[in-house]
Formats: sequence, structure tokens, C-alpha cells
Amino acid sequence: MKILGSEITPYKTYLNRRKFIKGSLASAMLATVTSSVFANHDSDLSIYTKNLNENDKLNSYEEITTYNNFYEFGTHKKHPHLNSGNFKPRPWTIKIDGLVKKPQTFDLEKILSNVTIEDRVYRLRCVEAWSMVIPWQGFQLSELIKMAEPLSSAKYVQFVTVFRPEEMPGQQKRTIIWPYREGLRMDEAMNPLTILATGLYGHEMPNQNGAPIRLVVPWKYGFKSIKSIVEIRFLDTQPETSWETLAPWEYGFYANVNPNVNHPRWSQGTERRIGEFKRRETLMFNGYEKEVAHLYKDLDLTKFY
Amino acid sequence: MFSTRNFNRSKPVLFILILFPSLLWAYQFVTGNLGVNPIEKLMDELGLMALRLIIITLMITTLSNIKPLKSIVVLRRMIGLFAFYYVCLHFSTYIVLDHFLDMQFIIQDIMKRPFITFGFISFLFLIPLASTSTNNMIKRLGFKLWKKIHYLIYPVAILASMHFYVLVRADKTEPVIYMGIIILLLLHRIFKRLTRPQLAQ
Repeated sequence: MKILGSEITPYKTYLNRRKFIKGSLASAMLATVTSSVFANHDSDLSIYTKNLNENDKLNSYEEITTYNNFYEFGTHKKHPHLNSGNFKPRPWTIKIDGLVKKPQTFDLEKILSNVTIEDRVYRLRCVEAWSMVIPWQGFQLSELIKMAEPLSSAKYVQFVTVFRPEEMPGQQKRTIIWPYREGLRMDEAMNPLTILATGLYGHEMPNQNGAPIRLVVPWKYGFKSIKSIVEIRFLDTQPETSWETLAPWEYGFYANVNPNVNHPRWSQGTERRIGEFKRRETLMFNGYEKEVAHLYKDLDLTKFY
Repeated sequence: MFSTRNFNRSKPVLFILILFPSLLWAYQFVTGNLGVNPIEKLMDELGLMALRLIIITLMITTLSNIKPLKSIVVLRRMIGLFAFYYVCLHFSTYIVLDHFLDMQFIIQDIMKRPFITFGFISFLFLIPLASTSTNNMIKRLGFKLWKKIHYLIYPVAILASMHFYVLVRADKTEPVIYMGIIILLLLHRIFKRLTRPQLAQ
């Protein structure tokens, strides 16, 4: 399978690679003060490109880290890049509660020592009709769910972003109701495509992309992929999500990428791939139809958008 | 100091100042310096500039009520025409760069999406304003009719600010400020009308 056929790297090797990258990053910065900062992974793109679909091209590290929707750092696309310098992603814990055998708080390092970090190259489709191709590093959410031991009554998973207005200037303004919340149905959360990402391009997750750990659900609009997660809650009812609460006529709980379901603001039929001039057709489930369409076979997608 | 002559003298400088951003953005666009999503950026900048210029033309009318600033009104036409210039660039960026002349899609987009509908109507209303802007046209139409046509600037301003308001996803501060200014300027006009000394019968 093209998307899943990723190189599986044990966490230790992965850390070593990261150290190597950091080392070369430092020397690159010493050597040239200018734009060659990102040169280190340019030389080794094959790790990621071999997982690409033929029509896709990787977006650059610069594109991925300077054009973000992360309202915790401000509402403009460049704000997360400019305003996230004071954010401290370590130490980090994730609280697990709700319908689980035993509510507990995990240290991020402890979680990472129990999972397999993999490379996953995914398309990311924003509800604003732009898209990117991003080489993530992370692990399947299902692995963490197994560690959390949810009860059989748990049908939904809710995620909560950290609330630190002193480090996240966007949170000092009530643009949306903080903290940001998202949710998935249990079977969506268990799907092998759904990952918790801890890095991109072999770097630790940059602050503006949701450090230190974020969700990536590639067949849903980007806002579902909640960033900087501090709490995961297991529930038996569908949780409220931030955008749905703010504008239910625009954003649904499911938010599956769907070119046939119209959005009052943006046509979802086409998208602009960042770095490309002409728009391209948007694919059903963002091109992951084979992997996820079965989850929705009994669902009216025009109603449950 | 605020004489008609001085305002007229300032026109060439003003002309270059208002024209300059469009040249800069065009240059940045061509050289790939408009950021990661240049088409979106170009469209946003052009649209915002147009909205600001529309508001400025409304302000000029209000300011010209203040006696010493009476002559500022000589600048209004040029700024109004520049507003139209930026709206045209904004609209053609949408048509050509954003949607590659896919007219079927564009027509649907205009009809289906309220914010695009607002923007489009606003653009349509600006056309008669721009095309009747010459002295000759004022003469041909007669001042009364000409003035009536130019009342269209009010729906233009309101629709344009709504176009912006609906577009913004969460932090609506900026569009609300623009709408507030427009409403204040309109209220001032209504107030002036109501308190105007009645003409002798």
C-alpha cells in the first residue's frame, strides 16, 4: 500500500537519526548563515519520497512551517511561525480520562518509549481549499488507545489542546472558545491511517505545527488534526468540537474531505496545492477512499458533513 | 494651507503613493516573493486596499463639511477611481489566477456563496460610478441625476465590508472596525440631512 508502506524506524534509531540531523543542522548554520538551514534533509529526501503518490510532491520544510492555521498563536497564517517562539513543549504529559479502566497521566517520554515511530507522508487538505504534502513522523493513535485501556462503552475519543495564554498569545483573545477541542469516533481513531505525530522532516515537531504531539487524520479537513494535545478523553456520546460549536452550519463533527459536499465559504471541489499555480481536483476522502470509505457506508455524508 | 490649489498640487504625489502598492505586489508576485500562497495573498491585499480606499472616499465627503477642509473634496474622484482600479485587480485575480477563467465554476461560486455574491454586487455597482466620473458626464447627466447615481457608493461600501466580514473565520475585529466606520459616516450623513434648514417653499 502506497501510503502505509512507510519505513518503520525503531524509536532509538529514530532518535539517533534526529541527533544526526540536529548536528548537521548546527554545522550548516555555522557554515552559512542564510537559507541553507534546511539543507540537511534536502540531501536525504528519498526516505520520504518513496512513499509518495505519483501525482504528489513533498512540500518544503519552509512551506510547512511558515503557513499554518494554529489560532492559539494568532489568526494569520504567518502568526504561528512568528509567535510560537516562547512555547515550551517539554516536559509534557497527556492526561487520559473518561471511560477507561484507570484514569492516568502519561509522561510523553513514557508514551514514546512504548510506541514505534514511523514515517508517514500524507496529504493535508485544509477546509480553506489549500493543501500540502507533509512527511510526518509519528505512531498510530491505536497504540496509545491500547495503552489507555478504554472500556467497551467508549464510543468516541475527545482531544484537548493545551491552554497557556502566556506562551500562546492567540489564546489571550477569545477568537474561539479555549481550549481547542476535537473528537473522533472510536473506529476512526483506531484506523491505521490515524496517527499522533511528533515530528516532520525528521525534526522534532516545530511549535507552530503542534509541538510536541498532534493528531493527523489525513482524510479529514485539517482542523480535525488537533495540535499540542494534553488530554484524551473516552466518551459514550459524540463530543463537542471547537469549530462545530463556533459555526455548526459550516463545520460538522465528521469533516471528511468531500468534493461533493458544499461549504458556504469555499468550494470544496478543487484545491490549491501549496507551490502549484493551477488548482487541482479535490479527491474523495482526500484520496484515502480505499482505506476509510467503509467507515461511512451507512452514513449520509451530506447530512453528517 | 488647505486650499483647492494645494490639494490639487498634492495629487501627483498621492497618485504615485496609491498606485505603488499594486506595482509592488505585482513585482513580488512575479518574482515569487509573496509568501507560500501568493495568489491568496495577492487577492487579500488587493481587496483590502480597495475596501480601505472606498472608506476613504466616504471620509473625504464627511471631512469636506468642516469649513477649512472644504477643498479636500477635489481628491475624492481620484481616490474613488483608484478604489475601482483595485477592485478590478482583485476581481481579475479571482477570475484569472484563482480559477483560471473557469466561467461555469465562477458563476456558480458567485451565486452560491454569499460572501462572493456581496463582493460581486459591490463590484457591479462601482461600474456606473467609475464610468460617470468625468466632468463631461456630470454635465451630460445633470448634477442631480449624477448625484443620485453616486449614492450607490453606500451599498458598495456596506456590501464590500460584509464581503470581508463573512470571509473572516474567527477574529472579526478588523472587518467590524471597517463596518463601524462606515456606519458612523452614514449616520453623520443622515443626521446632516435631518437637521438641514428647510428650503423656502
